[in-house]
Amino acid sequence: MSVNRVKDLGLPLMNLVKLRKTPILQQLLLEERLLRSSSENWCIINDGTNVPNIVMGMSGKACELVELEPVIRDRIPVIKRFTGGGTVIVDENTLFVSLICNRNDVPNVQPYPRSVMAWSGSLYSDVFNESSEFQLRENDYVFGDRKFGGNAQSITRNRWIHHTSFLWDYNEKNMSYLKLPSRVPQYRLERDHTDFVCRMKDYIERSVFIEKTINAVGTQFMLKEIDLDEIDDSCGEHIESTRLLTVDELKETLAKTNTSIAQAV
Amino acid sequence: MAARLLWASRVASHLRISVAQRGFSSVVLKDLKYADSHEWVKIEGNKATFGITDHAQDHLGDVVYVELPDLGRSVTQGESFGAVESVKATSDINSPVSGKVVEVNEDLTESPGLVNSSPYEQGWIIKVELSDAGEAEKLMDSDKYSKFCEEEDAKH
Repeated sequence: MSVNRVKDLGLPLMNLVKLRKTPILQQLLLEERLLRSSSENWCIINDGTNVPNIVMGMSGKACELVELEPVIRDRIPVIKRFTGGGTVIVDENTLFVSLICNRNDVPNVQPYPRSVMAWSGSLYSDVFNESSEFQLRENDYVFGDRKFGGNAQSITRNRWIHHTSFLWDYNEKNMSYLKLPSRVPQYRLERDHTDFVCRMKDYIERSVFIEKTINAVGTQFMLKEIDLDEIDDSCGEHIESTRLLTVDELKETLAKTNTSIAQAV
Repeated sequence: MAARLLWASRVASHLRISVAQRGFSSVVLKDLKYADSHEWVKIEGNKATFGITDHAQDHLGDVVYVELPDLGRSVTQGESFGAVESVKATSDINSPVSGKVVEVNEDLTESPGLVNSSPYEQGWIIKVELSDAGEAEKLMDSDKYSKFCEEEDAKH
């Protein structure tokens, strides 16, 4: 039995960390460290990040996903995260919920993407139960056919993380920093960004969402709230793949892209 | 299912090994060894070839990216050396035995789907020079691995 399991109630323990406007790079580095170096369960909620950042998945290529010229010109940070999935631009109106679990503490969930995704969809059904339009569609959270939440995961031998960025609100100018990706969900059809996504604020109050999410997680875990500075940051070596791309890297990528285009013409 | 069994028979014939016919679900090849994290290993002298099993690729979904280790890097039994990406998830690939990476499957960079379509053949991931041949004793044979997969799937 997991040492995290509270014997009397039979629910595994989960640490709840509530952040507000924490830089997304700091959040992602923390999550990667907790996934790989901690043996506890974690729920991290970041109520908005501080400034707009572009965040790509592990295999993302900036030249394919990002409009490099305006991003370099406007000094928008571009991060490559440790989980899979697509590219998002996040800011103070993006809410983040991350769940890091020992597989043994969620024994009904196989440590594979679709199983974890189904479990998360069920959890958030409890959060949005007043909205009959909510569903997990392919790998996105949608109201009707409009996406408001993007998901990504990383699965290790005995643990996994499922994290979500929720579009509380968004700035259409920011969306223009992103290219249309080559891999899109089928339900997107040919819609551009503004027709494909929706704003969560049109469906639920911000504080209500956070409270209901904590309640939903609390039906499966015994939550213990801890502050960021209480988290033990002494840990052994671990793989750290989350990183901020340098401006020089972005410029080099742009130069190579322009050279390829010139040669192709 | 019939197509998968035909594929497995062709692979087996090519590799000159026999196939454990399972009534359902994934293909398991005899004469390979298996880790409980669903990697297979083929040992030839002091060299070993690894990949992920048919069970793993089936559960992971379409693989869109494989992160390969650098040549010359050491790998340790049970520890991660790379990852595959599928369905928005990165999943660690763990080393079934310890050694030094001497070859990586560069084809996976352009064609990551080989892990799905040919997990035991064209979808091999790395080759290593073994550092401890005795480690293979800790791995499962095909019968044990088949039972292991059935038990895992039955729990869910």
